[in-house]
Amino acid sequence: MAIRVFLATFLVAASAHAGPIGYEGARHLLNRVGFGATDAEVRDYAKLDRDAAVERILAGARREASLKPPAFVDGPFVRFVPLNTLSDEDRQREVRRRQDEAFAIREWWLREMLNTPSPITERMTLFWHGHFATSLQKVYSAKLMYGQNALLRSEALGNFATLLHGIARDPAMLIYLDNARSRREAPNENFAREAMELFTLGEGRYTERDVKEAARAFTGWSLERDTATFVRRAAWHDGSPKTVLGQTGRFDGKDILDILLARPETAEFIATKLWKELVSPTPDAKEVKRLAGVFRDARYEVKPLVRALLLSDSFWSKENRGALVKSPVDLVVGTLRLFQVQPMDLRPAVIACATLGQNPFAPPNVKGWPGGDAWINSATLLGRKQLVERLLLNDDRMEARAPMAPAEMSAAAPAKGPEERIRRAMERGLATYRVDWEKWPARPADESPDRLVLAIAPASAVSAETAGIERVRRLAADPAYQLK
Amino acid sequence: MTMRRRDFLRIAATVSVSAAVPRALAQASRDPERKLLILVELKGGNDGLNTVVPYADPQYARLRPRLAIARDQLVALSEQAALHPSLEKLMPTWRDGKLAIVQGVGYPQPNLSHFRSIEIWDTASKSDEYLEDGWLARSFVRSPPPKSFASDGVVVGSADLGPLSGSKARTIALTNPDQFLRNARLARSEGEGGNAALRHILKVEHDVQQSARRIATGREFKAEFPAGPFGNALKTTAQLAANPAGVAAIRLSLTGFDTHANQPGGHANLLRQLGEGLAALRAALEEAERWDSTLIATYSEFGRRPRENQSNGTDHGTAGVHFVMGGTVRGGLYGAAPALDRLDGNGNLPFAVDFRGYYATFLDRWWSVDSREVLGGRFAPIDFLA
Repeated sequence: MAIRVFLATFLVAASAHAGPIGYEGARHLLNRVGFGATDAEVRDYAKLDRDAAVERILAGARREASLKPPAFVDGPFVRFVPLNTLSDEDRQREVRRRQDEAFAIREWWLREMLNTPSPITERMTLFWHGHFATSLQKVYSAKLMYGQNALLRSEALGNFATLLHGIARDPAMLIYLDNARSRREAPNENFAREAMELFTLGEGRYTERDVKEAARAFTGWSLERDTATFVRRAAWHDGSPKTVLGQTGRFDGKDILDILLARPETAEFIATKLWKELVSPTPDAKEVKRLAGVFRDARYEVKPLVRALLLSDSFWSKENRGALVKSPVDLVVGTLRLFQVQPMDLRPAVIACATLGQNPFAPPNVKGWPGGDAWINSATLLGRKQLVERLLLNDDRMEARAPMAPAEMSAAAPAKGPEERIRRAMERGLATYRVDWEKWPARPADESPDRLVLAIAPASAVSAETAGIERVRRLAADPAYQLK
Repeated sequence: MTMRRRDFLRIAATVSVSAAVPRALAQASRDPERKLLILVELKGGNDGLNTVVPYADPQYARLRPRLAIARDQLVALSEQAALHPSLEKLMPTWRDGKLAIVQGVGYPQPNLSHFRSIEIWDTASKSDEYLEDGWLARSFVRSPPPKSFASDGVVVGSADLGPLSGSKARTIALTNPDQFLRNARLARSEGEGGNAALRHILKVEHDVQQSARRIATGREFKAEFPAGPFGNALKTTAQLAANPAGVAAIRLSLTGFDTHANQPGGHANLLRQLGEGLAALRAALEEAERWDSTLIATYSEFGRRPRENQSNGTDHGTAGVHFVMGGTVRGGLYGAAPALDRLDGNGNLPFAVDFRGYYATFLDRWWSVDSREVLGGRFAPIDFLA
């Protein structure tokens, strides 16, 4: 059955869309699965047909990052110490250490997004980070956050069931959702609840009783105190029978995850979410059912689901071009990639992402980033536009620059407080980012840059006389540049 | 500017005459459509016990051998409560009966993380509920302020929209009007239509442009604001309040209340900025004839723990104290004095007033907006407004 459905899709796709995807098709595909494709990449893919293009992208998927992580991730785990128990000197050192490590993993990840030979791997790692949202704001260990990031990447296009089982034992997650402290006398429901509501079934597809019972199954899934490695504490575990979603047994956490994975809602929930990530803000219910079937039949292998999404007619339909709002990471990393800026220091780019509402390793809450239209409000929109304007204006002749919105605190205000200092560091840093216009665009002069810079026609028409760099700046200032 | 303001006053006068509002009512709410709420966030978790001190309670000095403020320095409000000496500039407003002090504001199952607790306050959610939009943004969607306003909400001095966060309400963020007008040039697209995402962006651009056209710059006041970012934000707030086109809500923040260590000096300095700042804001609002149509209210993610810590500071706590002032406020003490003999397992205070009841007062009694729909339930308003 599954094979027939799959074959049918394949045949339809193959018969109706056998030709090359062309420049616009390649741009669309590459920007949805990656960040700011360059002209050369787009040209390269333009010659391929849909299947070949999608296969090539999937074949490049990685399980590990291409760049070496910061050294501290291999060092010993440093236990969380409340700052108020430290002397002034130690406190300052500890604050500095935490801040440096937090910046270091973010800079490393952004650098990976810029340089990776497989952008889809980072796109999907970021997707799972939002799905299994976990934040440094509570975990307080960049080493553990890095460990989780490595897990997310290893199964980013691997297997969802494996990933879910891994996440349930992931030290950062055990801290973030309080399971590390959950014991049979006082089961903590946080992880069990989110496992159902946010990781698998979706809201309203389980009862409060299911949550309470499942929470008992996860009791004792904890961490070694000094190393923060996963440990099952038998003395903390509630071994008595539990009834979850109609099934009864002496369940362990692992059994609960298998029960959740056996429910059809799980594949639909993931297919819906991935549709919103890759295709459009409005999933097609019938298509989601079909895609969920593909996902289940593939035993939660992620690649077949992504392949089916990328080969769906909806993915390629004209009406879904430019239908998604770029996330701040999309905008920042995408702009740097598109214009081939390779900054020495990525800290300003990290701060820009955070200022615009997406601080990697610190999603706002367990639900992750809401995304979509919510990325854009007056503050973030002006901030986005100012960022892009600044990146494209930077050249040696630029002297005076307007301060960056939205944290556009007056330049006259004294640099008080950490926020203000960080913002100023970003200002100074961004001023060093430069586009090498001699090399860009590496295209014949008679072609317009519109098709590369924008997913759809600009909202404000740019006259034919406006050409060259000025045209590129106008296109990047258009609202359509915020879309992918 | 002068011209525009005079025009506005003339229009306002015409409206109130033609609508034949009874005189008594007209005085109470001279221009009901322009009722402004100014929220002042005390970022970091303000120490309520050293802000409004329960000096008559022997537990206070016992829990705070080093941090308790000496009686002779306190500014007494009643037999039980007194203000921190740095807040003395609030006393004229207290004596005028225009300062309400709400004690014990908090919520059930308190969360002690800054991040999560301010999210709970900003979205007016339950402790275990995750809502996307801010409570003010939700109220503006349910009951939109007049279209003629410069904006529904304005966030002054930060990029985080807090209670005004939400993609459907009209909210702008700015540091001062001049800068906003300079940046607004970036949102000047002419197009319309397109897909839903593009339409949303164009709508936000349109809102920015509309606000930019309706916000006047350059208004100066006789009142003197404290130096520094908070004083600047207060001045901008006063300019917005005086602006001919209305604004329904303004949010600004005073940062630094996370006083884990060496609290006395830092806290005194923050409270001085707060007290002097709010007094200056009152003076500016009176100058602009906006004191009676404006409400100023503080909020914070949590109060701090009653027992001082080893570092001459205080740790994250629960319920806190908040100030409300304005020309129509019924001054006095509300809520309940801190129950220092009933601390929870973490040594934290029980709450006396649900923060959503605090919000319900603004919704039901200030704006006459049904608070139940915005807050997802019925929360009793507090009587600092009639």
